Amino acid sequence: MDLFIAIFTGTIIAATPLIFAALGELVVEKSGVLNLGIEGMMLVGAAVGVWVSYAGLPMPLAIMSAAAAGALASLLFGVLALTFLTNQYAAGLSLAIFGTGVSAFIGKGFGSAPLDALIPLEIPFLTEIPVIGPLFFNYDPLVYFSFIMFGLISWFLYKTKAGLVVRTIGESPESSHAIGYPVIKIRYLAVMFGGAMAGLGGAYLSLAYTPLWVENMTAGKGWISLALVVFAAWRPARVLFGAWLFGSMTIFQLQGQALGISLPSEVLSSLPYIATIVVLVIISRNWQFLALNFPTSLAKPFRPAE
Amino acid sequence: MRFQIERRVEPSSFMRFAAPVYATFSTLVVGSIMFALLGHNPADTLFAFFITPLMTINGISEWLLKASPLILIGCGLAIGFRANVWNIGAEGQLVIGAVCASGVGLFYPDPESALLLPLMVIAGMAGGMAWAAIPAFLRARMNTNEILVTLMMTYIATLLLSLLVHGPWRDPDGYNYPQTALLPDAALFELFDPMYRLNTSIFITIVAVFAMWFFTERSFFGYKMSVGGAAPLAARYAGFKQSGSIWMGLLISGGVAGIAGMAEAAGPLGQLSAQISPGYGFAAIIVAFIGRLHAVGIVLGGLLLSLLYLGGEAVQLSLGLPSALTSIFQGMLLFFLLASDFLIFYRFTPFPKPIKSGVT
Amino acid sequence: MTPRLELRHICKRYPGVIANDDVSLSVMPGEIHAVLGENGAGKSTLMKIIYGAIRADEGEMVFDGNPIASHGPSISRALGIEMVYQHFALFESISVVENIALSVSGKFDLTALANRVRDVSIKYGLPIDPHRFVCNLSVGERQRVEIVRCLLQMPKLLILDEPTSVLAPQAVTKLFETLRQLAAEGCSILYISHKLDEVQVLCDSATVLRNGLITGTAKPKQSTPIELARMMVGADLPETHLDPSTTSDTPFLNVDHLTAPSDDPFGVSLNDVLLSVFGGEVVGIAGISGNGQAELISFLSGEVLFKGADTITLDGKDVGQLDAGHRRERGLAFVPEERLGRGAVPPHHLSDNAMLTGHRLGMVKHWMIQRGKANDFAAQIIRKFNVKTTGYESAANSLSGGNLQKFIVGREIELGPKVLIISQPTWGVDVGAAAFIRQALIDLSRTGAAVLIISEELDELFEVCDRLHVICQGQLSKSLDRKNTNVEEVGLLMTGLKSNPNSNIGEAV
Repeated sequence: MDLFIAIFTGTIIAATPLIFAALGELVVEKSGVLNLGIEGMMLVGAAVGVWVSYAGLPMPLAIMSAAAAGALASLLFGVLALTFLTNQYAAGLSLAIFGTGVSAFIGKGFGSAPLDALIPLEIPFLTEIPVIGPLFFNYDPLVYFSFIMFGLISWFLYKTKAGLVVRTIGESPESSHAIGYPVIKIRYLAVMFGGAMAGLGGAYLSLAYTPLWVENMTAGKGWISLALVVFAAWRPARVLFGAWLFGSMTIFQLQGQALGISLPSEVLSSLPYIATIVVLVIISRNWQFLALNFPTSLAKPFRPAE
Repeated sequence: MRFQIERRVEPSSFMRFAAPVYATFSTLVVGSIMFALLGHNPADTLFAFFITPLMTINGISEWLLKASPLILIGCGLAIGFRANVWNIGAEGQLVIGAVCASGVGLFYPDPESALLLPLMVIAGMAGGMAWAAIPAFLRARMNTNEILVTLMMTYIATLLLSLLVHGPWRDPDGYNYPQTALLPDAALFELFDPMYRLNTSIFITIVAVFAMWFFTERSFFGYKMSVGGAAPLAARYAGFKQSGSIWMGLLISGGVAGIAGMAEAAGPLGQLSAQISPGYGFAAIIVAFIGRLHAVGIVLGGLLLSLLYLGGEAVQLSLGLPSALTSIFQGMLLFFLLASDFLIFYRFTPFPKPIKSGVT
Repeated sequence: MTPRLELRHICKRYPGVIANDDVSLSVMPGEIHAVLGENGAGKSTLMKIIYGAIRADEGEMVFDGNPIASHGPSISRALGIEMVYQHFALFESISVVENIALSVSGKFDLTALANRVRDVSIKYGLPIDPHRFVCNLSVGERQRVEIVRCLLQMPKLLILDEPTSVLAPQAVTKLFETLRQLAAEGCSILYISHKLDEVQVLCDSATVLRNGLITGTAKPKQSTPIELARMMVGADLPETHLDPSTTSDTPFLNVDHLTAPSDDPFGVSLNDVLLSVFGGEVVGIAGISGNGQAELISFLSGEVLFKGADTITLDGKDVGQLDAGHRRERGLAFVPEERLGRGAVPPHHLSDNAMLTGHRLGMVKHWMIQRGKANDFAAQIIRKFNVKTTGYESAANSLSGGNLQKFIVGREIELGPKVLIISQPTWGVDVGAAAFIRQALIDLSRTGAAVLIISEELDELFEVCDRLHVICQGQLSKSLDRKNTNVEEVGLLMTGLKSNPNSNIGEAV
């Protein structure tokens, strides 16, 4: 039972940074923009979060700074893709490379001094319930926040007019522009939202998951988040499911011995990456399934005709 | 005066050449500001970064030594990029090439054979191609996006390397460092001069540059690939098979990345270790872009990025600046280049004033 | 009475072309005003300026006596200006009512809006179900949605941009009834078209545009079509001449009972298509877009392979499994509807584009490009087909629509094919180039080749073809001899093919 609880909670925790980053990118892609730079934005968020925390400032400020840093970093991509109409793949890659470099730069000199990490919330009474307590009520605030964001995003996209506008911009920015919506402005907002969420995802890694800074500590989670959005066929609920799937892969590595698996740690570490490939292959074969939710204008540059 | 953006009738050839210059210049300007903010004199630091490394013969040797893999991989990647085949995992193919070549070098029965080096080149190329064949297959037959697959394969390749150098291939006399035994002399590229690390592998790069130019400018297959990249529906209309471009693009870039990996092991490193590459596979992407996907540009781009590596190391040693500066400069260069490219297709014109008050 | 809308000296320039040059016009309340002109005359640009989607460089707009200071689509809507685009601004992935909700302001209440939509649509004789997804609607139904969307706002000025290009003749009559009802209620209507006969039936007055300039105004009901045409074109309409021809004994292109269910949820399934095209004749397929033309064309061109044996044969040989390149080797040439991106590679220069299908004329030796031969071929096309360009070094996307089309048509004809298939040959092409292309197609057939034209323009088909088919919902009608049929009969077939099962081609030929 303890092992089950450990795997369950471990999966939820490991999934959290993916949920933030993937949900953010989902909104971005729904508006028709493809930002490959998630890895860079997550790292920037992680580094900034640690930086603010080391400066002695309170945790909420560190988290908000990480989100702000992610949003700021995303502007680099936004300017290239939305104003300069660059190929979005290239622009996203440049953000990934640049963000990785900037994060390493910020992180130099952190050393491995211990960090005031984000600790699980003790909810009075609920946390103490046997079994249910540790399974559902023993997480740090960011985990709960990730679920709140899931709810907010789902409601926004499918129940509000603003969300409708975002989705239709993703289908045809030309038509949206013809109706009179400020397509470029809305896409900028979406991109920055995606950046903030990626920053949060990175902050979660450096402030809660493994409270310290290591260069490249995201180890590909940004790229996996991209795969998650495709896997989810651009629907928020399936992002959660996918994140849990990948989270569980990570847990296999940590709990490998306890589970009686005696493979070398490198093999277990490669599971999430192999899983990503497998998932992508399965999804891509069935294009009709994706087509219904696919934002038709994805990654195509748009210039409002004046 | 307000400006508006207007599309050019014909793309500007001037800007095609000027854009990388603008980009380099902008990078230097921002770099100077960064140096100043870090408390160093911008002019001196720029000098230490870009000029000082080239002032000795050893410096020139290192410059060419680092430029060689960048140019080699850049040529291969450019062939793929022209066809819209995005191999982002050259780093992983490089690693696997190094692994395969080192395997041959370490375990071939006759460590003094003259065949050893050529066999290692072939092994490196084959390894890189095999690693790239997987995403090629997945894209050609199963429509899976190669960007993510090649990236994931890079992480897997690095883990495989780690497994080997920490485990079965670790040098028993190596003080537990994650590296293999040194490769035998016959497995190494010959040095031009025992004082400097530049070796004969640079000839491979030179041949590759010419081959790439020929392929892209003169060959029909190169033309078919560029149609596929620029207008996939036109390629289908003309009967050009997309799968051909995909396989070519990935196998060529994977193969040269593998050779580059082999050259690292059989060159400056002399062995296989966990740090086989300072990110050449990723830097080569920037080289390909800066070089406008053309052979001449890629050579220049490779020399520029090699200088960034050297400069980063130099100022780290002499001025104590963080080595992450190199990747920041790389990212900035790519960013400014992409921004400058905008001016090839668009220009700023003054916003016309309406004659009467009326429609604005 | 104050004019509803006044335009004074409107100018709009784009790099290399003046779209609108000192355009002034005025429209009264309740007037149906036509804006006539050929493709490229500047009509759509002018309408977008009126609607606020584009900014004019110079000039003034006055609405109900008040000058418009700043403009945009939301201001248009506030003033009561509504526009139905030629290519509708509808989103396929959402429902009718959600689409309409995007254009109306106020509380986001889909149920109330759906009721209003239903009411208005019935009142004006264009019933639609508000909860259907647009992707499931036919083209005619989509236009209804666009019009209902405009009517909900109780517009004072309604702009319609080429509304009948997607309608069968009977639906056009229905539309005109709706428009007259609107005008009687005081709404002004701006009706953009290049179809003189429709304008004569519907419109009170007309302004004629040519190359961005106003060449005249008229009262259509009192003018003759020739007078209007002269104002549109500047000269008498060029006529194509159709020499008699002898056809080959066996068909060069034969389609034998082609049935192909569509994989695409939004595509059209083809059902038992029978088609033969003989050498020496021009055959046309008429039909409103979206009835299976795109699917049929892709099977014929080789862009999509077909599994059934001997269903598609070229000169007697089965080609169903051959791709486009191999079919060209067997004598097929094809000009697609989409020029940039399919018929030509936009950033490549004309010499490269000539190689796209022309490479088999000796431009490749030992896997290497013979640049000289490619240049020569491109130059030959440019010369013979009057392509206005600086040379074979210019990029395809720097050519105007008409010139690029002439280049592509020229390239395919210069391949010396046995069979030429061409889709929408003169869509978006100026009058001079259109006449040139049509004559080139006729001349090609008279040299013995088989020519198949797929077009939405009935006038064009009647001008050029020897025989006609109609395609409707994936089914092809039997062959009609041009001399024995007319627009009404073809129009009927375009809408109601279900009652006419297609029969053996042998009968008609």
